[in-house]
Amino acid sequence: MSIKLNALLSDSYVDVSQYRDQHFKGNRYEQEKLLKQANTLYVGNLSFYTTEEQVYELFSKSGDVKRIIIGLDKVKKTACGFCFVEYYTRTDAENAMRFVNGTRLDDRIIRTDWDAGFKEGRQYGRGKSGGQVRDEYRQDYDPARGGYGKVVSRP
Amino acid sequence: MSRRRHSDGDDGGQSHKRRRTSEPVEIEDRLESLICRVGEKSTSSLESNLEGLAGVLEADLPNYKNKILRILCAVARLLPEKLTVYTTLVGLLNARNYNFGGEFVEAMIRQLKETLKANLYTEALYLVRFLCDLVNCHVIAAPSMVAMFENFVSVTQEEDVPQVRSDWFVYAVLSSLPWVGKELYEKKDAEMDRLLNQIDGYLKRRLKTHVPMLQVWTAEKPHPQEEYLDCLFAQIQKLKKDRWQERHILRPYIAFDSVLCEALQHNLPPFTPPAHMPDCQYPMPRVIFRMFDYTDAPEGPVMPGSHSVERFVIEDNLHNIIKSHWKERKTCAAQLLSYPGKNKIPLNYHIVEVIFGELFQLPCPPHIDVMYTTLLIELCKLQPGSLPQVLAQATEMMYVRLDTMNTTCIDRLLNWFSHHLSNFQFRWSWDDWVDCLALDADKPKPKFVKEVLEKCMRLSYHQRIVDIVPPTFSALIPADPIFFYKYQDEANSALPGYAVAIAVGNAIKNRASNEEILTVLKDVPNPNQEDDDDEGEGFNPLKIEVFLQTLLHLAAKSFSHSFSALAKFHEILKALTDCDEGKLHILRVVYEVWRNHPQMVSVLVDKLIRTQIVDCAAVANWLFSPNMAHEFTRFYVWEILHSTIRKMNKHVQKIQKELEEAKDKLERQQHKKQKDSGDEEDMEKNSEDEDGQLEEQIERLQEKVESAQSEQKNLFLVIFQRFIMMLTEHLVRCETGSVDFSTPWYKNCIERLQQIFLMHHVTIHQYMGTLENLLFTAELDHHILAVYQQFCALQL
Repeated sequence: MSIKLNALLSDSYVDVSQYRDQHFKGNRYEQEKLLKQANTLYVGNLSFYTTEEQVYELFSKSGDVKRIIIGLDKVKKTACGFCFVEYYTRTDAENAMRFVNGTRLDDRIIRTDWDAGFKEGRQYGRGKSGGQVRDEYRQDYDPARGGYGKVVSRP
Repeated sequence: MSRRRHSDGDDGGQSHKRRRTSEPVEIEDRLESLICRVGEKSTSSLESNLEGLAGVLEADLPNYKNKILRILCAVARLLPEKLTVYTTLVGLLNARNYNFGGEFVEAMIRQLKETLKANLYTEALYLVRFLCDLVNCHVIAAPSMVAMFENFVSVTQEEDVPQVRSDWFVYAVLSSLPWVGKELYEKKDAEMDRLLNQIDGYLKRRLKTHVPMLQVWTAEKPHPQEEYLDCLFAQIQKLKKDRWQERHILRPYIAFDSVLCEALQHNLPPFTPPAHMPDCQYPMPRVIFRMFDYTDAPEGPVMPGSHSVERFVIEDNLHNIIKSHWKERKTCAAQLLSYPGKNKIPLNYHIVEVIFGELFQLPCPPHIDVMYTTLLIELCKLQPGSLPQVLAQATEMMYVRLDTMNTTCIDRLLNWFSHHLSNFQFRWSWDDWVDCLALDADKPKPKFVKEVLEKCMRLSYHQRIVDIVPPTFSALIPADPIFFYKYQDEANSALPGYAVAIAVGNAIKNRASNEEILTVLKDVPNPNQEDDDDEGEGFNPLKIEVFLQTLLHLAAKSFSHSFSALAKFHEILKALTDCDEGKLHILRVVYEVWRNHPQMVSVLVDKLIRTQIVDCAAVANWLFSPNMAHEFTRFYVWEILHSTIRKMNKHVQKIQKELEEAKDKLERQQHKKQKDSGDEEDMEKNSEDEDGQLEEQIERLQEKVESAQSEQKNLFLVIFQRFIMMLTEHLVRCETGSVDFSTPWYKNCIERLQQIFLMHHVTIHQYMGTLENLLFTAELDHHILAVYQQFCALQL
């Protein structure tokens, strides 16, 4: 009796994306295993001015948040537009992927993705200038992310 | 054309297990996909798709009969929104293969028995409805269906069974009649009349104590919140009066009438409803949520009336679509908006009504609250020219009716509204609500606006809120979330403890050790002690104040800073708050300093519980204390209380799980021992040790569970006791003063009491005996006792 219909099993918002952290210590298989059990989410496209409080409020809507780590510019040690959100349970993180991912925080569409787990050092941007890599190369003007990308403002 | 590989045929009748390829699995998956997707957007008509699929399945019956049976049973159970598509398919198969039709009916009956035994009452309902529609497809003979209905209705004659049991069987009959009423009446009208009379009698004598607790609005106007069985019966009676003419349901089998008429029908075997068992969990009663009627849709198709059967079918189908696709918001929105027959109804209004109906459902929404917010945003994206207007209209209507809306529902409304606004730059016609400014601040409308703005601020920042509302609304703007430091500057130097506060601040900044800081704190006089008393380690409120105010002041920058501070000085905080009074005082200090930042208070209290600096009962006592009486009706207070109760519940569950796991491990170990043989002496000694260790662990866990449950029970006792005290005091005071007791405060308080029952009903159920003996006794004021009685009437 307990046949499950594949059509109803679809849960695509929870699927692991194509992104893999290149600095991950371990092989692809280990990384994928961690991603599939993770309670931690990477959150991207934040404004530099988005606060921990705002992230807490929004992400609490899918469950109790264990901790938030705001991403920092490696040089300036100021927020550089991403963060990690860790939940106590996987279920709560899944609901965030289903219902918070792709909605607005601080007027910006944010993006969430599974993360293998926070480790010291991962709170820093990996771009040459200290922020995120994406802000090195982008061409557009984004006032909430320091204006133009670094490649544009470099002489 | 056979899809079998040539080589499979070579083995004759032997088992193919050795040489099984992936093909059969692929074919089975393909069959499932074909069946599940029939009826979806296609270049061909539904009829020709069904015809084609029937042909394919008929050809596959020799090899894949069991799989096809299982898939069809599954779609009957799990895809009720496509009921008539699949009954038509079964009808076509039965016309081509009578035996298959018979086997399918048998499989369905088996499945019905299993779902009932497994407490899967919603699925069982869909199975019954499917069987009914098979009468329309000439698969099942009408008289045998009527006989099953007669057996269902006879449950109402059973004695000493929960009302929710007979409710389900009556609902199963009534809710199938929109599909099959006409056919059954044509064949067996006398029997059906008798059934409906029996049902009528049952509904009249049925208890409805539970209804007030489940209603979203207490007012009867503009739309009464009807009990679900009463509403459905009214709809069926109207349908009967209209001679069973029902035009909304999509009936593909009509197009195949000539083929289906030729088919031979099967008789349902006599079906005896399984007897009631103590562990049966029947569905809870419901109230039908209505917010729109035909006057609300300004143009276009008219909304079917509240007692029309179309309304029932539309709502049922929309609920089922959400149930099938809630995890995938884009698909869910698309499916809702492509509802068959949408051109004849104001679909956007139905969708919005059904979504809010679920969001406000008591005790709890069927799915997580945030899903509905995101689903509505998705719908707005797909229908930008029409849906946002309906949503705005709905919001305005709910604002107007706030006075009679259940407090729990107001909570959910303001959570939804503030989150929704944050996705649309907080754009709203606030001026439309200027009427709330003339009312007292404790009235529902201004209160609602204030709480909405506070929630909006949490998702943005203070200045943003100032900017988005007209200046006239300044009284409702939340406070600037600043920290209040008692020992801020020289002006406070006369305060006791001031000097130590400065010293402690410096010590912390200079990274002094815990011992050093404790030494500094020794200088704080204890206002509770005699001068000649030895410096005891007793409760010293001033010490707590000096330390915690200073610490939190230094860490005020962000949540992370404050959490780090609490973690770093955990030892000191534990030492200072060893007793109940200490715990209470710590919470008071947290409130003192952060009273303008309720969100910070919330997260700090959460951390204090999780790091065991305070316990759950302390938080409950604090929230109910006279110090917090002025905050009692604020939303954040209840967020904290419910979060605290949930933490307690999760804690108990966690230890219970550990205990179960340890018990399982022991069982497995002992089981393994029985099977093993070999070096017996050595093994016996080792395994005895292992067993002993596990048994000890189990005993410890057992104690832990009992202790946790005791703490949990105590928490609820504290909360209920406090409610009873507060409400009784209020009622007595009003009576002696000959004043109407029904103030906004009272409504809020009594509904908060209801909310405790509803939100934590699963846990509270375990402690009903204690609650009834100790607290909810007959001596209680009947207003308070009524809440308890309504809760019991839900038979949760």
